[in-house]
Amino acid sequence: MKHLSKYLKRNRKECILAPLFKMLEALFDLFVPMVIAVMINTGIGKHDNALIIRCSILLVVLALAGLALSFAAQFFAAKAATSVAADLRHDLFAHILSLGAPETDRIGAGTLITRMSSDLNQVQNGINLFLRLFLRSPFIVFGAMIMAFTINSRIALIFAGAIVILSLIIFGIMRLTSPGYKKIQGKLDRLTVLARENLTGVRVVRAFGMESKEKKRFQAANKELVLDQMGVGRISALLNPFTYVVVNLGIVAIIRMGGLYVNSGIMNTGEVIALVNYMSQILVELVKLANLFVQCTKAAACADRVGDVLDTEPSIRFVEESDLSVDSEEAVRFDHVSVSYGGSGKEALSDISFCAKRGQTIGIIGGTGSGKTTLVSLIPRFYEADSGSVSVFGHPVEEYSAAQLKGMIGMVLQKARLFSGTIRTNLRWGNPDASDEDLWQALKTAQAEEFVRQKKDGLDEEVEQGGRNLSGGQRQRLTIARALVGNPSILILDDSASALDFATDAALRAALRDLPGQMTVFIVSQRTSSLQHADQILVLDDGALAGIGTHDQLLKECPVYREIYDSQFRKEESGS
Amino acid sequence: MKKKNASSKAAGRDRLVTRRILRYIRPEAGYVAISLLCALVLTASQLVVPILCGRGIDAMLGKGSVDFKRVGTILWLILAASGAGAITQWIQAVCNNHITFRVSRNLRNQAMSKLQKLPLSYLDSHLSGDLVSRIIADVDLFSDGLLMSFTQLFTGILTIIGTVAFMLAVNWKIALVIIVLTPLSLFVARFIVSRTQHYFRQQALVRGEETAMVNEQIEGLAVVQAFGHEAQTLKDFDRVNDRLRAVSLKAVFFSSLTNPSTRLVNNIVYAAVALAGALIASAGKLTVGTLSIFLSYASQYAKPFNEISGVLAEMQNAITCAGRIFDLLDEPEEISAQDETENIDCDGRVGFEHVDFCYQKDRPLIEDFNLQVESGQRIAIVGPTGCGKTTLINLLMRFYDVDSGRIVLAGNDIRKIHRHTLRSCYGMVLQDTWLRSGTVRDNIAFGKEDATLEEVIAAARKAHAHSFIMRMSKGYDTVITEDGSNISQGQKQLLCIARVMLTMPDMLILDEATSSIDTRTELKIQSAFLEMMEGRTSFIVAHRLSTIREADVILVMNNGKIIEQGDHRQLLEKDGFYAKLYNSQFAS
Repeated sequence: MKHLSKYLKRNRKECILAPLFKMLEALFDLFVPMVIAVMINTGIGKHDNALIIRCSILLVVLALAGLALSFAAQFFAAKAATSVAADLRHDLFAHILSLGAPETDRIGAGTLITRMSSDLNQVQNGINLFLRLFLRSPFIVFGAMIMAFTINSRIALIFAGAIVILSLIIFGIMRLTSPGYKKIQGKLDRLTVLARENLTGVRVVRAFGMESKEKKRFQAANKELVLDQMGVGRISALLNPFTYVVVNLGIVAIIRMGGLYVNSGIMNTGEVIALVNYMSQILVELVKLANLFVQCTKAAACADRVGDVLDTEPSIRFVEESDLSVDSEEAVRFDHVSVSYGGSGKEALSDISFCAKRGQTIGIIGGTGSGKTTLVSLIPRFYEADSGSVSVFGHPVEEYSAAQLKGMIGMVLQKARLFSGTIRTNLRWGNPDASDEDLWQALKTAQAEEFVRQKKDGLDEEVEQGGRNLSGGQRQRLTIARALVGNPSILILDDSASALDFATDAALRAALRDLPGQMTVFIVSQRTSSLQHADQILVLDDGALAGIGTHDQLLKECPVYREIYDSQFRKEESGS
Repeated sequence: MKKKNASSKAAGRDRLVTRRILRYIRPEAGYVAISLLCALVLTASQLVVPILCGRGIDAMLGKGSVDFKRVGTILWLILAASGAGAITQWIQAVCNNHITFRVSRNLRNQAMSKLQKLPLSYLDSHLSGDLVSRIIADVDLFSDGLLMSFTQLFTGILTIIGTVAFMLAVNWKIALVIIVLTPLSLFVARFIVSRTQHYFRQQALVRGEETAMVNEQIEGLAVVQAFGHEAQTLKDFDRVNDRLRAVSLKAVFFSSLTNPSTRLVNNIVYAAVALAGALIASAGKLTVGTLSIFLSYASQYAKPFNEISGVLAEMQNAITCAGRIFDLLDEPEEISAQDETENIDCDGRVGFEHVDFCYQKDRPLIEDFNLQVESGQRIAIVGPTGCGKTTLINLLMRFYDVDSGRIVLAGNDIRKIHRHTLRSCYGMVLQDTWLRSGTVRDNIAFGKEDATLEEVIAAARKAHAHSFIMRMSKGYDTVITEDGSNISQGQKQLLCIARVMLTMPDMLILDEATSSIDTRTELKIQSAFLEMMEGRTSFIVAHRLSTIREADVILVMNNGKIIEQGDHRQLLEKDGFYAKLYNSQFAS
């Protein structure tokens, strides 16, 4: 909520004008019963038809003025709500882009997307409603009371009493039901999870013949939801009857006292009618107000969810600018580097030291969860070392600006991800100024030239969202080409040839070796065959370095490496 | 002409859907009756209170001429009326809640049951997000609409009828003023709504565009950051966002005009009634109290009209949503033969006899495929990614049916075997590791609910999952989140393997199950599998040639077709696609 006020301030003019106009409109509404009272007392009482006509015209004028004011109010409210939402969307998105891997891992992409879309929509609706109603309804309620005071201060006390009781009822019911609504939302989320799960896992569910069990699970969750809905429904359904009774009690009291005063000549009939009208106005506005509260509570909860993301500080901050010399022969150096997973205390990497020289090819191999991806993620500073230091071309990574560090590194992630656009727009991520010739060169090295040439539109072939119109192998090769377009000094391939067949994988490695310039290449792989020509191979075992050296050295000295190798090769060698 | 046809067709469909909704409501007929009765009492009480007030006012003519006895009686009547109104209002709300929540619960349960019976071909070709939104969001919107209709439609209609009847009875001239002028507000509302719909559609469109973009960029955030592409991404985003800002402003503003406009009409009606009423009263033909009744009716008379127009929009929405749910419920289910058997003696023999199969009619995939698998054999399916290896699994498990020819299990055409029976013969580990939200133990015991903890642990040990499970904070009671993001891909696969280890089926289907498990772990699993595969027929899809070399039959697939078939030695001698694939492993 504290974030919201900042954005509301940015649209200060609209945020003040909208309720202001709304209030003026309400003011005109408040005059109506008074005009009627005059019509009845003076007009009818003294048979003054001219006055009656004048009063009717006044009523129409009040209605027209109310319309104009209301239009103005609606415009400013809409303007403020949509601008705040748009500004928030911009800032939230910019903030998400600045979050590092540790934060996004924790929050989860799905949640971030919901907060960008449906949560912000709720906020927009909430602001719009709030600006329009939050002043109008209380203003009419209290305005009606003040008008009542101008008519007769003793009867007006009835208004004061009724307003207090009504407020207590509204707030009481709100407090009783609001935790219930939260619970219902939770139950609904649970149903969504179950439904989605069953769709993604449909083959497994059917393979195990578990359809009826899954159905029961869903039904049980569904029943819980309905029970909660009914429970909350019963309480919130009390709101309208209670207000109805209280307002009518108020009317009864007005007529009773009004009768006394009319009899003693203190008041006249027109004034009694005006008071009854004011009471009815209060009833209408309170119903609106109760609705507004429900909407605003929802919107506030959504705003809080958005605020949570905005409050998440990126844990990794880069220096603004850097222009470090990068002529060191030591491309990447790890010095006693340890990393632990967020909060869990278990070390993902412990005490890793090695040095990759310019132009070398470094292989990284090891078991699932042995820390291979974590290790290479430290080089472009996706994560940070808890202790020890990571240096690139002689400087600790912390000294680089994001632009300089990432400009030197070509990163190909495990999951081959492309973006909607064309093949050309995707490749140009590596370098916005690359010529077609550069692109084809990169495609050739990445073993992607052939299939791109076969595409009807070549480089202009459309890539659908997530690249789903391409096969896994094609996507992988395009992501490799994308990294190569940037002409990086350091290329990191994080198990990014897994969908390629052996021949293509081998050709890719050969092409990378033949590239001009002294590119340092990190290859993370499960296959020893992909790594056996590397200058150094790092063998990771449960986060620790189990061995480092060339293929032949490791075969002799490193039992872990030998075990991996044997599992893949021994039988061929003895067989052939 | 054409447009008219289309719209009458849509109206016909709406009628069908409505009739069907009514069928769902029928079991709640008792509640509906109570709700209607309550609506009647409530409306009567709401209409009678202004009348009583007017009569009360008529009983106080001026100084010294207030009939206190009459006023007292009227006040008691007001109290009684509002008490009755309040009680019936609450009962009505509770009944309406009951009806809608019950109906939507049944709809959801039915939709879920339906999902379990739909053929895979349907589920594979529909976005799961869309199906989920039908079961969750559409039912929600439907129940909102239904609830609103129940609450406001009857009372609205009754209020209008009651008001009109009363006004005509008391003074038809003033009544005429109200009756003629009020539909104006409906007309104004209609006019504005039709104008704003255009902007709403546009807003939905641009919003969808923005969400798609945000989706893509957030899911690929690591890539965005790796390429330092944040500024460009934000620029692209702002372009869409500014368009959304502009179109939202129009949609929100224009739609918010409905209320003030109808209020204007309402206020003018009010002024007209005041004018006519006061003039008539001035001539002595109407009491002041009656005028006050007319005025309070005039101020509230437009309300049910506005509500009803809101309800109609809401109902249309509910019908559309219900239509989408019914569409899902009407999808044809998996076809089952009449004479299906549940008793087969699965002996591990599987035969493909002249099998033809394709996903799309114009793209034949498997043509005249023949294969006889003997008990205990290992069948390896090999080929580049996307070559269609999962097709065979789809056929074996009867996720899809063959187009012609037949697949025979233990001498029976599998189309004559109950799907549960058939599927229980196989243990399957798929490429996409699927775990459900729940504990590790629940997940391993997925196929055998009554498994004891000892059995679960034994299975986990065999799958080499026990040690990592014990390292987790709560061991076997650790809860796996919805998408399993709190454990690694390799660990997920180990759990999937443990799940199969527990049920120990007669045959195995392994679909690249080991592709993201490192070779060392794979080696361990392999030994466990070897033990398990002893005497069991196994179908294995894998990239690693080392894991399939010892297969009895290797099926080499490319572009969805089986192009070579034989054992390792035969295929090498043949020097074809397989040989090329195999030799490339040592080509560097």
